[in-house]
Amino acid sequence: MERILDQIPRFFSGPNLLLLLESAGLTLAMTLMGCLIGFGLAFVLVYLRQTPGLWAMPLRLICILYVEVFRRIPFIVVVYLVLFFIQTVTPNASLFTIAVIAICLYAVAYTADIIRGGLESVPRAQVEAAEAMNLSRLQTNLRIVLPQAWPVIVPPAIAFAVSFIKDTALVSQVGVFELTFRGKELNNQGYSGILVFGTIALCYFLMSFPLSMLGQYLEKRLATPRGQRRTRKIWFT
Amino acid sequence: MPHLAVNDVRAKYGSLEVLKGITFSIEKGEIAALVGPSGSGKSTVLRALMGLTPITGGAVDIAGETMNYSSAKEVRAARDRMAVVFQQYNLFQNMTVMQNLTLAPLKIKKWDKSEVMSEARRLLGLVGLSDKAEAYSDQLSGGQQQRVALARALALKPQILLLDEVTSALDPELVNEVLDAIRKLADEGMTMVIVSHEMAFVREVADKVVFMDAGQIIEAGTPAELFDTPKTDRARDFFSKILRH
Repeated sequence: MERILDQIPRFFSGPNLLLLLESAGLTLAMTLMGCLIGFGLAFVLVYLRQTPGLWAMPLRLICILYVEVFRRIPFIVVVYLVLFFIQTVTPNASLFTIAVIAICLYAVAYTADIIRGGLESVPRAQVEAAEAMNLSRLQTNLRIVLPQAWPVIVPPAIAFAVSFIKDTALVSQVGVFELTFRGKELNNQGYSGILVFGTIALCYFLMSFPLSMLGQYLEKRLATPRGQRRTRKIWFT
Repeated sequence: MPHLAVNDVRAKYGSLEVLKGITFSIEKGEIAALVGPSGSGKSTVLRALMGLTPITGGAVDIAGETMNYSSAKEVRAARDRMAVVFQQYNLFQNMTVMQNLTLAPLKIKKWDKSEVMSEARRLLGLVGLSDKAEAYSDQLSGGQQQRVALARALALKPQILLLDEVTSALDPELVNEVLDAIRKLADEGMTMVIVSHEMAFVREVADKVVFMDAGQIIEAGTPAELFDTPKTDRARDFFSKILRH
């Protein structure tokens, strides 16, 4: 305990804090980029998966296979696969890029099912009303189904992103300078493990807590019937 | 030449034949009412006309043009000429009344915006809801929602309007406001095919009554012919049961 107290002034010195801040930023950037790109691609995947007709059968199968396979692989294995695959193709790709790609691939598989569930929660009658007016499948999805599916999609999607902030710690295994990696480094420099990882734990909390709050706010807001919302137009309708 | 001619239309759900060759026709400005017991296929006829239930045989003539729903293009052509109002209104929940009315005219028909807007306002006036243009459907009663749905269908300027049990989901005291709106359309000469359990209303507005049972037309004729002097036992049995009260 004495040792920890002794170390505190030295540990919270400028260079160390800068290092932690930088790696926290990297963790956040990785997660947000991976999840946002993954979320966008998941929409494309779900749309392709819903292509009707016999000719689209292989397409649908590929989409289903992708989701089912990636959901059954541990994230760290995906990271290694991406690492070795990318390094074979382009040897000088940055580790950050590799981490983002891995997060993205994983996020697509997880959020695709969230999105599909959301779209399917919208009553079929809404789709038929749109079809009867000659709206195309894309128009129906974008203008009718998706706006009504947000309340079902947003809360679990944010919960996924929040939990993924933690899971990115795994990419320290391949040497990305994110938060956990820096923690190990500082620990190796002789700082107390309790001090280092306690601080790191606090960093993770500070990053994910506001996002959880945002998720709860959106969940409440989206659950309110449209006629009762204070401002009528909301930013993503 | 009839304005709408349904010729031997057939449909299946799996191996179950739900429409076993439906044939009837109406002139421009006429109203046909499809009546019959639940599960007789009345609503399926309307769904088939709108291309929501695929047809396995037959064809439909609308104003002299034949459509057999064999391709996406043909289905689009049929949907372009007709509009449907559903039992459960099916207003788009994420849109205001005005957006519901103008979506397809603007985005699909690509009509002039100012004309679409003024026509939408005229139709809201027609159904008595001018003050609800900016409301969402969760702010409207069932009867109001159904009148919006009626206006939405009319905003498409259909050659034929299909009404699928439009009062069945409404509280009894709200039925009349919707029936009144339909009466106005009948007076304006709108060609309609309606599925309804409101027999008094059918007798009042319909030019032709088509009695269906088990996916077939049993008997068709004027309201007086069917209600008062049905020729078939099945129709006599049905009408004696429902007209008594």
